[in-house]
Amino acid sequence: MANYSIQELMIVAASREIRDGEVVFVGMRLPITAYGVARLTHAPNAVGLFETGVVRYAPANSLLYTMGDNANQLNAAWTAGLIPVMSLLQRGRVDAGFIGGAEIDRFGNINTSYIGDFKNPTTKLPGSGGAADIAAMSKRTLAIMNHEKRRLVERVDYITSPGYLDGGDSRKIAGLSGGPAAVITDRAILRPYGDNNELHLTSTHPGQSVEDIRDHTGWALQVAPDVTETPAPTLDELTALHTIDTDGFWR
Amino acid sequence: MDDKILSLNTAIAEHIQPGDSVVLGACLEPEVPFAAAHEIIRQKITGLNMIAPISDVSTDMLIGAGCCSDITGAWVGNVSSGLGHNYRRSIEAADPYRVTVHDHSNFSLGMALMAGAYGMPYAPMRSLLGSDILKSNRQLKIAANPFSDTGEQVVLVPPLKPDVAIVAVQRADRFGNNHHWGSRGLIFEAAMAAKKLILLADEIVEPDVIASDPSRVLVPGFLTTAVCHVHAAVHPAPMTGRWQRDTSFFGDYHSHSRTRDGFLAWLNEWVLDVPDHEAYLKKLGHRLDNLKITGSALAADVNYAAE
Repeated sequence: MANYSIQELMIVAASREIRDGEVVFVGMRLPITAYGVARLTHAPNAVGLFETGVVRYAPANSLLYTMGDNANQLNAAWTAGLIPVMSLLQRGRVDAGFIGGAEIDRFGNINTSYIGDFKNPTTKLPGSGGAADIAAMSKRTLAIMNHEKRRLVERVDYITSPGYLDGGDSRKIAGLSGGPAAVITDRAILRPYGDNNELHLTSTHPGQSVEDIRDHTGWALQVAPDVTETPAPTLDELTALHTIDTDGFWR
Repeated sequence: MDDKILSLNTAIAEHIQPGDSVVLGACLEPEVPFAAAHEIIRQKITGLNMIAPISDVSTDMLIGAGCCSDITGAWVGNVSSGLGHNYRRSIEAADPYRVTVHDHSNFSLGMALMAGAYGMPYAPMRSLLGSDILKSNRQLKIAANPFSDTGEQVVLVPPLKPDVAIVAVQRADRFGNNHHWGSRGLIFEAAMAAKKLILLADEIVEPDVIASDPSRVLVPGFLTTAVCHVHAAVHPAPMTGRWQRDTSFFGDYHSHSRTRDGFLAWLNEWVLDVPDHEAYLKKLGHRLDNLKITGSALAADVNYAAE
């Protein structure tokens, strides 16, 4: 029996995507915890951004339900507005941003708006929030998803947050740089691979077979030649995580 | 200067007309002026275009109560619990009616309010290229950057000049001068862009308190239309230094609003059968006491001496 939960593995995997000194939109819940782990391990100088206008050098001292919670304001590096903080994206000063979503497709496009035709949808999802902006303008988009066939789909019904659009250089032609760098799921890590920028299986979580992962993916998932197993959390990483997650929320 | 103090009921009745465009809760998650949303619902004002990037469940509530015809926003739901059930019913099943949605991202809505605030004909931005938001909101247009040698494409966002902005602040004086601290979302742009500004102040203070720290002023009082003294106007949202978030209240709203009947029962209990905000606070009772911030984390003194 592993000494960590799958959520803890996802948090640690997400934390490894943050490099020291980077400026990162950290979002809520799992990514903000990942930011905390990165800061306590390999990235002590990573800066965390929140769309409300908050900038932090360290996560808040208590579990947040929203980025507007009081604890997120206390001892922040900056409590500005949405435009100053999101303009850091447009200015090219944001290295990475975490986003989630209801659906992601083989080119990393994410839908958080409409299932079905947007004029007459079968399901109305809450919408972009800041995700479309983060996906369009950060250097690397990091997506966190549950690995289910209905979520990892061939083509999203509506592109809220652009990934590599139709693949190849279509994102560049649309006028965007950056793009999805990793999709971290509860089964695997997918990354764009090859000239077509299609998401490939690059890392399987311990105990997951390639077959199982492909069975839970809504397109014919290709396997990168250098596919590896996601390294289990190290003692240092788990210690850092437990320092933040004192209540065992993620255990 | 004119004394601008009004009761919340009077401010809403006098300054919000059916069909108005109204920014409410442009701070995203904190400082959502729920007391004003409740009063709009009690006064049965209809046909509103509600504008907000994210305004936690206040937008969902106003849709369910039948107050809005249009939503101009980036996100409508329940921040800690998930989807907005009234929003879903409205769009998916026209239950009880369908609102028209003007899709934005947080940044594009910010650009729209900024353009309105600064009197700009439009705001150019790099976001939303490649996003289907440009298909579902045809008011956003792609154009060539006239200063680019490479044919760079940009997105042009038309200005928003809402009829009314409703903003919650920690304190204000009777002339509408005010202090707000903590993250601001889009409340500055909303206050500057709107034709009328209604402030809900947690506390009314003497003018010299506000004048002692002009750098903390959101906008000066000459831009304020009305100032209402509304204690805990943001409940269940948080307010920096004043009120903690009542997260289980959001959870209760989420479970009750799962069905239309459940929502209507919730709305009766917490809004329609409650005559005013004072009665709402009384109904909350000890629950509110437990949310009051009693700790102290004071900023360092700031000296503005002139000589």
